[in-house]
Amino acid sequence: MSELKSYLVDLLKKGKRLDGRNILDVRAPFTIEYGVSSTAEGSAQVTLGDTVVMAGVKVEVGTPYPDQPDQGSIMVGAELIPLSSPRFEAGPPTIEAIELARVVDRGIRESKAIDFKKLCIEVGEKAWIIIIDIVVMNDDGGLFDASSLAVLAALKDMKFPEYADGKIEYKKKTDKGMELEKEPIAVTVFKVGPHLIVDPTREEEEVADARLTITTTVDGTICALQKGGDYPLLEEEISQMIDIAIEKAKVLREAL
Amino acid sequence: MSEIVVKEKEIVIPGQLLAKGMDTFPASGSYREKEDIFSGRVGVVYIDGRAIKVIPLSGAYMPKVGDVIIAKVIDITMSGWRVETNSAYSAMLPLKDATSEYIQRGADLSSYYAIGDHVVCKITNVTSQKLVDVAMRDPGLKKLSGGRIFSVNTNKVPRIIGKKGSMVSMIKQATGCRIVVGQNGLVWIQGETDNEFIAVDTIKKIEKESHISGLTNRIKEYLEERTQKKLEGVEENELHTKA
Amino acid sequence: MSYTQRHDGRAPDELRAMEAKVGVIKNADGSAFFKIGNTSAYAAVYGPRNLYPKFLQNPDKGILRCSYNMLPFSGSGERIRPGQNRRAKEISMVTEKSLLSVLNLDEYPNAVVDVFIELPQTEAGSRCAGICAASMALADAGLLMKDLVSAVSVGRVGDMLVVDLDYAEEAYEDGPVADIPVAMTHNSSEVTLLQMDGEISKDMLMKAVEMGKAACEKIYEVQKEALKKKYEGAE
Repeated sequence: MSELKSYLVDLLKKGKRLDGRNILDVRAPFTIEYGVSSTAEGSAQVTLGDTVVMAGVKVEVGTPYPDQPDQGSIMVGAELIPLSSPRFEAGPPTIEAIELARVVDRGIRESKAIDFKKLCIEVGEKAWIIIIDIVVMNDDGGLFDASSLAVLAALKDMKFPEYADGKIEYKKKTDKGMELEKEPIAVTVFKVGPHLIVDPTREEEEVADARLTITTTVDGTICALQKGGDYPLLEEEISQMIDIAIEKAKVLREAL
Repeated sequence: MSEIVVKEKEIVIPGQLLAKGMDTFPASGSYREKEDIFSGRVGVVYIDGRAIKVIPLSGAYMPKVGDVIIAKVIDITMSGWRVETNSAYSAMLPLKDATSEYIQRGADLSSYYAIGDHVVCKITNVTSQKLVDVAMRDPGLKKLSGGRIFSVNTNKVPRIIGKKGSMVSMIKQATGCRIVVGQNGLVWIQGETDNEFIAVDTIKKIEKESHISGLTNRIKEYLEERTQKKLEGVEENELHTKA
Repeated sequence: MSYTQRHDGRAPDELRAMEAKVGVIKNADGSAFFKIGNTSAYAAVYGPRNLYPKFLQNPDKGILRCSYNMLPFSGSGERIRPGQNRRAKEISMVTEKSLLSVLNLDEYPNAVVDVFIELPQTEAGSRCAGICAASMALADAGLLMKDLVSAVSVGRVGDMLVVDLDYAEEAYEDGPVADIPVAMTHNSSEVTLLQMDGEISKDMLMKAVEMGKAACEKIYEVQKEALKKKYEGAE
């Protein structure tokens, strides 16, 4: 076990985190700022401690998939840009970025937050494609939770542009926002030795054994899961992690 | 006729005019252009007789001979250990300078210092190409076990240590923690949990408020409030700077 | 119909509203934010730090590497695909050259100073905004630097010479347009960036550059304030 890990395990035994907060506390400052990019159709920035994540939405119009002729679609991308941490390098998305985008995507998709049928403009011909990009501006851990929240906030901030004669007038925004049927919130619970924690700093995250990202809607329905880390989890740990995630989702939800 | 146009301890930015005329001369962090002296970085102005220098307030650590730093072992070679110095340049800890004991030829070097270990060492040589050597033969230079390491702005290290080590001594006295402040901006701390947090918070406070006058008194009051204990005899007479 | 009045009511030598902040990216060794009109740029500096692959290293001094990138949602039209296109690569290169001459990297052989510029929203003048942010970020990183660099685009719209063209002016269709991004040092007014799209006479060009010089002075004041604000702790 690394020095840092044994130190952290010891500290967690005493109910404290590396930065002095209590074991299941979410970091401060915790803020959501809307409309951080005027060129995006919707945007938001989440600050969780020293972690800062921006999300921006752009729209396009395309032909619906042949098997879903009456539906639009969404796409989620994530960029871990080298501006945000010495850990990151320029280049095509790493597996870390791909996993981040896919986990956030799944939360939105599987919670049925967006009714894809409402994105249809003309059956079989034209539908909105919603493209959401996650950009990490400063990385200090907890990227899944901050990103999923930033994406949800950016969707809430969104206004569709005008669409006429087969052309999008990006500069003319309408009053029509994105109707969200559900608001899925991701909370990642980390296991460090025998302890469970949320919202880790990068330092804490580096020494964690395993993590479970649990995305839930307001009624506690689980809509996406992702286990990560090198070590396995026990059933009773999973059960505890879900309870923690539902509890912490309330804290994150309040900031929206 | 010379004229210094900035005040002592004024914060200046690159290219800012500091003085006019040939009677003053530029020291570190400033430069002359024709008759005038300008600042060559963001920093604080110090006027020393006719010399004007600009001391940096920010920036990455650069290895300097004589500095005691906290370094991390990143490789073990035939001739010693390679350590990471929290700068652009790693350093070599040669076998002969690594401990005061004799290391047998063919000994398992990782039993002395393993990869990932943190050590307190002293920089003994820096070449023009920034090849850096460190040594661990002096008292106080050792492997760090237990405790935690965190980083601070390396330019604030002198304030954290204080005159003749007075500031760090005061924190040690108040919290009972063992503390090593590396010139390279890494700090090691070990003690009772609550006191460790007090020590970390205090050091962060010094880092943040070092430019506001009355620092020593403010830190003393802060420590007394956090520990609920009166600090006795904290003057600038404490000499031990190392743990 | 000639262009005699700027469409947003600005005077010919008037810049769009500016905003600057230093120390915005915690992880970086130096960082800054610069906004002009609807164009905003973040810049982060990392280094001097070690440089790999080794063949890029210069044993004489440190190298400067700049990267300019528009975020996917930062354009006024369709989403921009991530990854550096030819335009971004060229702008990265001219940005690097615009900043290099004020830096002294002699003390950092074999090492690199990396500058990352990211734009969350753009509406003309993005390379200049990037340079303004990068210049502050380099100063914030404590590097030896003899001067700050300020940048703005100047040019003609119809027969009018203006500074800080916005999108509508760049796209003016009823007459010739010339868009000239310039970057200058503060003390010696040395030109470190000069590009142009469009058509212009030598006489008008020199006048436009002269206007750029005055505009850069105004930008310099904003940069200076932001740097002092961070270090004087006046927040």
